[in-house]
Amino acid sequence: MIRFESVSKKYPDGTLAVDELDLVAPSGRITVLVGPSGCGKTTSLRMINRMIEPTDGRIWLDDRDTASVPTHELRRGIGYVIQHAGLFPHRTVVDNITTVPELLGQDKKRARARAMELMERVGLPAQLAKRYPAQLSGGQQQRVGVARALAADPPVMLMDEPFSAVDPVVRAQLQNEFLRLQGELGKTIVFVTHDIDEAIKLGDQVAVLRVGGHLAQLASPADLLAAPADTFVAEFVGRDRGYRALGFAGAGRLPLHHEHSVALGSGLGEAREAGVDGWVLVTDAEERPQGWLRTDRLADAASGETVVQEQLNLGGTLASENATLREALDSALSSPSGRGVIVDGSGLLLGTVTASEVLARIEQQRVAADGPSVRRTGAGEAS
Amino acid sequence: MTPPGLTAPPVLLHHAPTAGLAVDSSPGGMFSYFSDHRDEVLNWLGYHAWLSAVPVLAGLLIALPLGWLARRYRWTYPPLVTAAGVLYTIPSIALFVAMPELIGTQILDPINVAVALTVYTVALLVRVVADGLAAVPEDVAQAATAMGLTRRQRLLKVELPLAVPVIAAGVRVAVVANVSLVAVAGTIGVPNLGQLFTTGFQLSVGNPYYPPITLGIVLCVLLALVLDLLVVGATRLVTPWRRAVGGS
Repeated sequence: MIRFESVSKKYPDGTLAVDELDLVAPSGRITVLVGPSGCGKTTSLRMINRMIEPTDGRIWLDDRDTASVPTHELRRGIGYVIQHAGLFPHRTVVDNITTVPELLGQDKKRARARAMELMERVGLPAQLAKRYPAQLSGGQQQRVGVARALAADPPVMLMDEPFSAVDPVVRAQLQNEFLRLQGELGKTIVFVTHDIDEAIKLGDQVAVLRVGGHLAQLASPADLLAAPADTFVAEFVGRDRGYRALGFAGAGRLPLHHEHSVALGSGLGEAREAGVDGWVLVTDAEERPQGWLRTDRLADAASGETVVQEQLNLGGTLASENATLREALDSALSSPSGRGVIVDGSGLLLGTVTASEVLARIEQQRVAADGPSVRRTGAGEAS
Repeated sequence: MTPPGLTAPPVLLHHAPTAGLAVDSSPGGMFSYFSDHRDEVLNWLGYHAWLSAVPVLAGLLIALPLGWLARRYRWTYPPLVTAAGVLYTIPSIALFVAMPELIGTQILDPINVAVALTVYTVALLVRVVADGLAAVPEDVAQAATAMGLTRRQRLLKVELPLAVPVIAAGVRVAVVANVSLVAVAGTIGVPNLGQLFTTGFQLSVGNPYYPPITLGIVLCVLLALVLDLLVVGATRLVTPWRRAVGGS
């Protein structure tokens, strides 16, 4: 657990970067600090490992006052990941990863073995071990950065916009793997970003900071979307919050319709027969949905042609049987037939659901929760 | 050091086996001049190499802490770099002559030259070292601090290794500059290749006599090339990471 106790940072020129911040980052959880530039989020992060010294207040690591620990000792026990990874260009990947174990005087052979294991864990092929950072892509460098931060198995990790320098596709990948990794490791993580979507995706709790280093709201992502504490938070959280909030509510057991599907390679005649409202769902031989086929424009059934991949409309997204409301609704909205495809854990077709059915479920849940389903949290801790 | 064959008849024998009979006064005559004075010239070459290389090493050893100081305490950078620049403007011949006075040696002691050239090397390298240490990318320096490297570990494990390419470039300049500065010391009688120029000048009374001068120039250039290659080679050895970048 990391605890900020009325922590302030005031620069000699009078700038107040952080103003009496009280905040607890619980053990084993991801706490995201988010806010516009100048809100003191990075300053707050760096005060934890004393890259920046607070001018007032205390920061506790469990029951240790960080100010009472020598800085280098404190820092070796805290993993740190930054935007451009900050790898040492003159050291190989494996030497970068073993930096902290080496500082701690750990056995070299064991440290290297652990480094190789970590590389695998963060999705880096073992043959990259002897490469230098400049030989890696940005995404790979960032993975090395994460592995390096984890090398000495610190209970606490600080991450300063670690994924913002890579392209959106790689970023989404890294975020997903980060969540998977955190699921396995359960570190106490403080994560800084300016991207509210990233905050909502990754955070167990999100602290929204406003310029001048004030905590505007501390809440779970769902609560943040459902009940912003003030207009600043509401504006910062942005549009589509109602829709995005659906991402935090399970859809439960939806009323599925049986969908008559055809397999790839079936005759066009059969496909036309099976079509409902001009569309038929096409699956592979194991009944995994592949896409939709428009049946009202199909050529003469007698032609002997068969259903091929190139004919399919791939617009529809799939939702799993334990999808969130957002995924279920998106599945229906994105489907060219208006019928959202639901699959089981191994991707096999279960049935379809319409948008109005998902909306009915949303209404049901709202009524069941008796009004707004959220507690207001954080507002009282803001000052 | 008797001036060879001033009165010898101009016989066209390039590799005359009889020493002391240099005959060809054109620049091409340096080959026969060399074979006639092999021991002496090689001796000078050895001194020259020693006087070129050792001060660079000594100067580098002194410039490293000074450059670090200029980097560590920023306010020392302007005075240190300015002082270094001023040192470099002192004419070398003046420094060679003044050195015995300053350090109490004999006028022709090679140590004078070594110390003077060390001064020049330091003057050249202080700024290079300071700038090289400063060239560490901000995110790398930050990561090093955040991982708990002490200031000393950061210097030795991160900043210094990353400054090697910059410092090496400075060392290359210093070593080549030293080869020509050493030759200047030859003109005041310190034994090295510079003596070839004095000899050539002395033998050119009346008619120009080029062989020792040409030989001196060629050997100086070759020496500079070899020393430069040594620096380049050593740099490559300690910076495998730079080759990897290009060759991936």
